[in-house]
Amino acid sequence: MSEALVEVTNLVKHFPIKAGVLIDREVDQVRAVDDVSLTVGRGETLGLVGESGSGKSTLCRTVLQLIPPTSGSVRFEGQEIAGLSRRQLQPLRRQMQMIFQDPYASLNPRKRVGQIVGDPLRLQDVAAGKELRRQVQELLERVGLSSEHYDRFPHEFSGGQRQRIGIARAIALKPKLIVADEPVSALDVSIQAQIINLLDDLQDELGLTYLFVAHDIGVVRHISDRIAVMHHGKLVETGTADQVCEHPTDAYTRQLLASVPIPDPRESRARRRRAASAG
Amino acid sequence: MSPQPLLSVADLRVGFATEGGRLQAVDGVSFEVLAIVGESGSGKSVTAQTILGLTRSHNAVIEGSVRLREAELLDAGEAELQQVRGAQIGMIFQDPMTSLNPVYRVGSQIVEAIRAHDSGTGKVAGRARAIELLDSVGIPDAARRVDDYPHEFSGGMRQRAMIAMGLALEPEVLIADEPTTALDVTVQAQILRLLEELNRSRNLATILITHDLGVVAEIADRVLVMYAGKVVEQGSLDEIFYDPQHPYTWGLLGSLSRLDRPRPQRLPQISGAPPSLLAPPSGCAFRPRCPHEFGKCTEVPGLEARLPEAPGHCDRCWLSPERKAMLRQVEGRIGLEAPS
Repeated sequence: MSEALVEVTNLVKHFPIKAGVLIDREVDQVRAVDDVSLTVGRGETLGLVGESGSGKSTLCRTVLQLIPPTSGSVRFEGQEIAGLSRRQLQPLRRQMQMIFQDPYASLNPRKRVGQIVGDPLRLQDVAAGKELRRQVQELLERVGLSSEHYDRFPHEFSGGQRQRIGIARAIALKPKLIVADEPVSALDVSIQAQIINLLDDLQDELGLTYLFVAHDIGVVRHISDRIAVMHHGKLVETGTADQVCEHPTDAYTRQLLASVPIPDPRESRARRRRAASAG
Repeated sequence: MSPQPLLSVADLRVGFATEGGRLQAVDGVSFEVLAIVGESGSGKSVTAQTILGLTRSHNAVIEGSVRLREAELLDAGEAELQQVRGAQIGMIFQDPMTSLNPVYRVGSQIVEAIRAHDSGTGKVAGRARAIELLDSVGIPDAARRVDDYPHEFSGGMRQRAMIAMGLALEPEVLIADEPTTALDVTVQAQILRLLEELNRSRNLATILITHDLGVVAEIADRVLVMYAGKVVEQGSLDEIFYDPQHPYTWGLLGSLSRLDRPRPQRLPQISGAPPSLLAPPSGCAFRPRCPHEFGKCTEVPGLEARLPEAPGHCDRCWLSPERKAMLRQVEGRIGLEAPS
């Protein structure tokens, strides 16, 4: 593996469950991320799979320091970032960006596309005025939109186009790491492949590192170099994409893979016959 | 296929008067019992809802025919439809959280469905029936869970409760609109097994609406592919997967990322986006996205059987079957075009 961009060691995130009328007391904890260690190599794609509630999104947010971890360490380019103040994190933010699941909820409906994509550049004092507009238009074209879309509002776009706007915003600051949390699961099948291919191209061009979260294992396997499987807040298996999908060692991973429908009636019937004769 | 269909839909057209003019959501659909595949906006949900008279409104124009045995449902009055809904045709929806009322106990909601059709059912008998139904869809400890509220159920259990409700009046047809889309794959597998088992043990005709060809391959017998409000291809499960005739179907099959195959360098995609139904392209609706478009495509092709050996396999594409067999071979598998 190449040199590590992100190193997560014994990361823990617990959410307290509180009870009581006047005085809250903690009665239990949700162990959303429970002692997770992983590394993401520079330029690689690490796919994160698991069911809803397994802690995938919490892990992403904790890695980006959007929520503080309960304990453990997150190193970005060798620098410890867990426990840094907002001010200390500010210059690091431009290195790490996020693409969200729901392209309808993640774009402010009252802002124009130009402003949505340009805000990161403006806030980090990268560009202003005409130069800002030029850079944003370039970004729009880069993600397969047109520079004329600059003055439009999000509602004028389809789901796939909105996701492209979200991607343009994420790459605006030329980050090193992009965390993509279910970036295609809200999209139609015929559009999913377009977005996956776009993310692939951008990675080659900009040398991006992806932490890619999805529940669709087929999609994750396609885009990832390595895959990590999460279950109840813990990592149960990590390996190369083909290793995990073809020779899973963990019982939960095997169960997960066996549940993925095979889009091939003959194969699917054969698998059901095998399952029936086995048990 | 039985000589007399249980449920048949012919030339169904549903138009909604919207701000942008009349919109053809469902156009000329004919089918018996099967899986309906398509993307959002392709008209699959509108088709299902129209069968139950759920799309009737001042701005809707509905033409064609929906027959349940001898009865024409499109002409039926609201009171008649109430008798059909639930009792003869049950329906389960995609999102089990929004289709259950959060302030009523799960059991009460099932009892309500039963009593709406049979006011003679007492509270005790209704409750016993609700427990029996929850048990039959695999809810553990049903006698206790019957008094739970929806939020106390997991996603899979809620969908099971919805199925129990759909089955409460022992309908002959069950319409399931994306029943597993909101669920995790392990739970999805369980729900699909349950639907399959009900289909066999109760002779329950099932119309499954989905965008997921994997789900289709797991349980469908017949498949109908919809695009921009029209059926573009219909046939048996194996015909659709192994001898697909419409380029859109090729594109759908080609863009799947399959776990049981080596992964391609690039994922084959269908370029462009589905057309707006307010201003559909002239001729074949898939024309703007189709790499195999030619002169004839400016006319709308009829949904016809074009293969003499498969009279039940129909499609809307002008290409000859020989050309299709050649064009759909992309890098050793079925696809629309080689990835750029």
